[in-house]
Amino acid sequence: MADIFSSIISVGFHGLALAMVLYLISVGLSVTMGLMGFINLAHGAFAMLGGYLMTWLMSRYDVPFGLALAGAVIGVVLISVILERLLYRRFYGGDELDQVLMTMGLIFITIASVTYIWGPVTQPMRPPAALSGQIDLGFRSFPTYRTFLIVCGAILVTLLWLALERTRFGAQVRAAVDNLRMAQTIGINTSRLFAATFALGSGLAALGGGLGAEILPITTFYALENLVYFLIVVAVGGLGSIRGPFVAALLVGISDTAFKYIAPEFGAFFIYALTMVLLLWFPRGLFGRT
Amino acid sequence: MSHLTPSADRRAADIAAFSRRHRFHWFEALPWLIAVAAYFMFPNYLALGSQILAIILFALSVDLVLGYAGIVTLGHAAFFGVGAYTAGILAANGWGEPISGLLAAAVAAACIGLASGWIILRTTGLTLLMQTLVVAAMLYELANKAYRFTGGADGLQGMSVWPIFGTFRFDMFGNTAYFYCLVVLFFGWLVVRNTVNSSFGRSLTGIRENVGRMHAIGAPVAQRRLVVYALSAALAGIAGALTAQTAQFVGLNVLNLERSGTILVMLIIGGIGRLYGAFIGVPLYMIAQDRFAEADPTYWYFWIGLAMVFIVVFLRGGIFGVVERLLARSRKQ
Amino acid sequence: MSATGLQTIALCKNFGALKVSNNIDFRLQAGARHALIGPNGAGKTTFVNLVTGVLRPSSGQLLLDGDDITALPQAQRVKRGLVRTFQITALFRKLCVLENVVLAISERDGIGGDFLRPAGWHRAAIEEAYDILEVMGLAEDALRPITELAYGRQRMVEIALALALKPSVLLLDEPAAGVPESESVTIIEAIERLPERIAVLFIEHDMELVFRVAQRITVLVQGAVLVEGTPAEIAADPRVREVYLGEGRH
Ligand SMILES: Nc1ncnc2c1ncn2[C@@H]1O[C@H](COP(=O)(O)OP(=O)(O)OP(=O)(O)O)[C@@H](O)[C@H]1O
Ligand SMILES: [Mg+2]
Repeated sequence: MADIFSSIISVGFHGLALAMVLYLISVGLSVTMGLMGFINLAHGAFAMLGGYLMTWLMSRYDVPFGLALAGAVIGVVLISVILERLLYRRFYGGDELDQVLMTMGLIFITIASVTYIWGPVTQPMRPPAALSGQIDLGFRSFPTYRTFLIVCGAILVTLLWLALERTRFGAQVRAAVDNLRMAQTIGINTSRLFAATFALGSGLAALGGGLGAEILPITTFYALENLVYFLIVVAVGGLGSIRGPFVAALLVGISDTAFKYIAPEFGAFFIYALTMVLLLWFPRGLFGRT
Repeated sequence: MSHLTPSADRRAADIAAFSRRHRFHWFEALPWLIAVAAYFMFPNYLALGSQILAIILFALSVDLVLGYAGIVTLGHAAFFGVGAYTAGILAANGWGEPISGLLAAAVAAACIGLASGWIILRTTGLTLLMQTLVVAAMLYELANKAYRFTGGADGLQGMSVWPIFGTFRFDMFGNTAYFYCLVVLFFGWLVVRNTVNSSFGRSLTGIRENVGRMHAIGAPVAQRRLVVYALSAALAGIAGALTAQTAQFVGLNVLNLERSGTILVMLIIGGIGRLYGAFIGVPLYMIAQDRFAEADPTYWYFWIGLAMVFIVVFLRGGIFGVVERLLARSRKQ
Repeated sequence: MSATGLQTIALCKNFGALKVSNNIDFRLQAGARHALIGPNGAGKTTFVNLVTGVLRPSSGQLLLDGDDITALPQAQRVKRGLVRTFQITALFRKLCVLENVVLAISERDGIGGDFLRPAGWHRAAIEEAYDILEVMGLAEDALRPITELAYGRQRMVEIALALALKPSVLLLDEPAAGVPESESVTIIEAIERLPERIAVLFIEHDMELVFRVAQRITVLVQGAVLVEGTPAEIAADPRVREVYLGEGRH
């Protein structure tokens, strides 16, 4: 009995950590989709790039963890803004197939580039000493880094939501997601708004990729292998929603951890099956608008 | 009125031209002539040749859903793989008759297509795309797990494919395999060609061009899309079965994302929704891959990625699209 | 019920907090020429979308010839003779004019699902489509793709597609929108020539056209029906003058 209980705690804990990473990475994808009508398959590449930049700064130049993470986020935001202005914006609200092909192409380019620069091996993720080892939470001990991850994720999510509720930018994003035409008529500069949202989403992805490097290891095929997960979180959450993906990330993170704990040999099969069933009931996702 | 009603002659001419559009043109014979010529010119590359022919069929099946019905899929490997495993498992378990193997593959793939399409096609955009991915990934996990039947990660071994019609043995030089693939591709092409020229096919084009209007003229859009999805799945299944039978081996890679993704690349290189894009894009891609990819897969990915972005930004419609535009321009002058 | 024509009962539609249709009770008699007018953003197009099933109403009911069609999908409504055109031209742009109409006729006659015979073998459908083009004065462009047509001609194709479906109720959403004056005459004439038995609801900003064609007029303001009446009544109504005519023409 105690065994089962402890397993449940453990699955919940690791599931929560995974959920945080998935949410941080996917929320930007959901907003780009809802706001600009753009299917950005390469979104995961921003997360991957975040992970690469961070681990590289840490291992090559001994930059401390926090600073390396910040550097990675800034780097990815810059790259994403350039790409947005040069490529993405041409395709907003345009042909789905073009978006899919263009972003698939970007994934391939990213894969090749990181292999060229950093080699084909998985990047080592060594959390700082303070965050490694185990932490005793009274009733039992947990891996320190993942505990940190969960706390960190929770803080970031709260900040993000507060920002969207309280700031002018947040109000504009919500208005535009709700009704783009209306937002334009009341004088919101949508082009700037799109760029800012895109940068924010990519930055969050980089943050998720860096923080989560220990759960989703930084390898060359990261953007392709985890693509399904990011897409599931967005689709199950409901396109354009900001809280929906959070619920979906929790669902995916925890159930995926549970399934892999119970029947590891089936890999991700059950999470896929669950997704299909969920979408059968809610074709627009859990929090999708009708 | 400024617009006069044309004469009865003009009417007859217009209607005749319109109703003859599906007739064969001389240039449609070209791919087949080239395929036969290639057999004599490159006898050492017949294995690659058969693979190309089978993949052209796969690309045709994708073109049907993507280019004609406008369903963006990243999971068509699901059907290719189901077909490959169906034919492969049959041949490894004592039923090596190739033609019935193809048919079994088609039926199995069509069933999966119907079942998954029924769920998937209710959604649109990102959700639909994700589900196509998920279906393929599920089958991948299943095939991986069911190693007793599929050989799992080691691949399916011990296939024994019988001679075609009990006469034409699959020889080690790949002569039989080449013509087998060519003939099957030919029939597959006839089916696809006939479908896209039928009223059904034209209504698919209508769905791609403007779904809203198709609804507004009373078309059962969902049903049409499901039918074409299943038909396309069947063809993809046959393509997979062809690959399995000629290679006498099935690996897990028949089901992976790379296969679903690269087939799109091949198709856009040639041109989507044109029926002939597959005949240009697939050989180009596969020959280039054969020459360059082995040497350096990293560069290969880079150039493919760059090509995709380039085509989408500058070369809309692929090679065929560019040729068409050039022809149109020269005609105007 | 034996009532013919189209009726809506307490029809409502919200987009988020926005009430785009607010309790619309509306009646379109068989064979009527009825205009729906109102300022930009009043919810006229949304009303058409609700009636034709593009959008689901938040609440309320739709009756066609006395039958409840609120839950019917779009295609079924079309089969019952409820047909529309689009304010923003929605044609099969890469296909030729003739084929646009042929597609509509194929769906009407149930041959759109035939995947064995080439489309060109359905000669009757093609002949009929050509007839329609001739009536609409579009025959000389029969084989040209929509993209090559002047906008006014495209608007004519819009109507041709709807007519090909043999509607009993026809909803025209700003049929002459964006068409220069010189060409709009043909469109107006085409509307005037529509067969008597078709009940026509048309949305229009051009008051001249409205008063020339309509027997009844409904004024929609901010999602709700402000007033309904004969052209004379509407012209005399002070509220209408204030909210609509006072604003000047669009
Ligand atoms: N899909 C939608 N989502 C959110 N808001 C919408 C949607 N469609 C329409 N609206 C809003 O509903 C209101 C009514 O729009 P509608 O198109 O019905 O007006 P209209 O009377 O046809 O105007 P116009 O004369 O400009 O055509 C507008 O404020 C519009 O912004
Ligand atoms: Mg309107």
